[in-house]
Amino acid sequence: MTDATPKIALERLKKSFGSKHVLRDVSLTVAPGTSTVIIGGSGTGKSVTLKCILGLIVPDAGRILFEGTDVTRAGGRVRAEMLDKFGMLFQGGALFDSLLVWENVAFRHRQGADALSKADARDLAIEKLRRVGLTAETADLYPSELSGGMQKRVGLARAIARSPEVIFFDEPTTGLDPIMADVINDLIREIVSEMGATAMTITHDMTSVRKIADRVAMLHNGVVQWEGPVGEIDTTDEPHVRQFVNGLAEGPIEAIR
Amino acid sequence: MIVALTRFTASLGAGVIELCRGTGALAVFVAAALRHLITPPFYPVELMRQIRKIGYDSLAVVGLTTLFTGGALALQIYAGGSRFGAETVVPSIVAIGMTRELGPVLCGLMVAGRVSASIAAEIGTMRVTEQIDALVTLSTNPMKYLVAPRLIAGTLTLPLLTLIGDVIGIYGAFLVGVHRLGFNPTTFLQTTWDFLQFWDVLSGLIKAAVFGFIVTLIGCFHGYNSARGAQGVGQATRAAVVHASILILAANFVMTDIFFS
Repeated sequence: MTDATPKIALERLKKSFGSKHVLRDVSLTVAPGTSTVIIGGSGTGKSVTLKCILGLIVPDAGRILFEGTDVTRAGGRVRAEMLDKFGMLFQGGALFDSLLVWENVAFRHRQGADALSKADARDLAIEKLRRVGLTAETADLYPSELSGGMQKRVGLARAIARSPEVIFFDEPTTGLDPIMADVINDLIREIVSEMGATAMTITHDMTSVRKIADRVAMLHNGVVQWEGPVGEIDTTDEPHVRQFVNGLAEGPIEAIR
Repeated sequence: MIVALTRFTASLGAGVIELCRGTGALAVFVAAALRHLITPPFYPVELMRQIRKIGYDSLAVVGLTTLFTGGALALQIYAGGSRFGAETVVPSIVAIGMTRELGPVLCGLMVAGRVSASIAAEIGTMRVTEQIDALVTLSTNPMKYLVAPRLIAGTLTLPLLTLIGDVIGIYGAFLVGVHRLGFNPTTFLQTTWDFLQFWDVLSGLIKAAVFGFIVTLIGCFHGYNSARGAQGVGQATRAAVVHASILILAANFVMTDIFFS
């Protein structure tokens, strides 16, 4: 699997906001069809990394390759074509609150030259909602009428609506109860293996990591400190990973008290 | 002493830099917005929704404002005119004052309060809750989907609102004139109609279109650049109303100068 062109490759990414150096030197390759989880404390640049790949943030230096093509500063058509292969589940769901649930899920299907009719788009949305365990009745509600867990599922349904080749999950289980978190983890695992998609997930939930990761990358201080298969996170003696996996206050990662 | 002086000049400099930065950011935003205004894809459903929200939903506010102002204007002109025996000028001065100045400016200011604030709050919340990022990941340009329909809706509907406001304002003056000041209804309307020129009305509508653009633009700009959190959205909302109102009054002066001097 690793001999093929990586789906996504990050080469020495740097990004600062003012005097705050969020990404110092981030390099990472993601093979097609694998699920990579980025772990790390809050504010270590996990979200910024994903946003750089999506083009929401332009890095100060470094390169981002998608299927071997440099897309670091791509705009217009190139960016649009690339994003059509992407799905993203945002941390808070980021559902459009002025639109109904089904309009959210089928949002992309209602735009552009290949737009579906209203009825077809609604049917497709309901099918995707079923896929994430929601009933057809939720389709005609507004996002604000749903619970947090349901909003997350709708976000998931929207992310997979166009059967993307790459899916990003930004803290998919944060703010959910353990049972709902497990349901979401199972869904992510199923969807990724079933669709054969490449996944990148940000989380600091170790249960989630063990459930959905093939490979794990530990980001700290704007640098990837460790990268390896999920099976090795308990055996590695890399101090950052050891501290994080075991949830210790003592270690190279400073805990601010 | 020197420390205090340095601190004073530093704060002055910071203010100037912030002003330049803000003006530059607005200019870039306007350029981007105008480019996206004229290039496809267009979102007619969104446009209709915004026309309803900005135009139709502002009718009551605009109607009440102009009705009372028209009435007050009639009373003032009557009182002022009576000082040199010119009470009969009420209908003609109301007509000019309403169509050229008060109609567009009042509509602009009322819509600035209503619409700039709600646009800034809505887009600001979308920014804070990552809905704008979500639009991008769904291959939808937020400038085209969010900003362009609002700009078009504002520019189209404010002249219509102003036209309605003009009529209601003059009607307010008519009611006061006939029932309080003893004008003959037919004479009042005839004087208004005879005196009013097409350009009086048209100039007001042109002003209104510019105000509509300003109101929606400033609302979108502040919402789009909203800082994080509820506080950020609150600041964006306040800045939108204040800046839109000031810009409307400044633009009004400039346009009046160009049109009538």
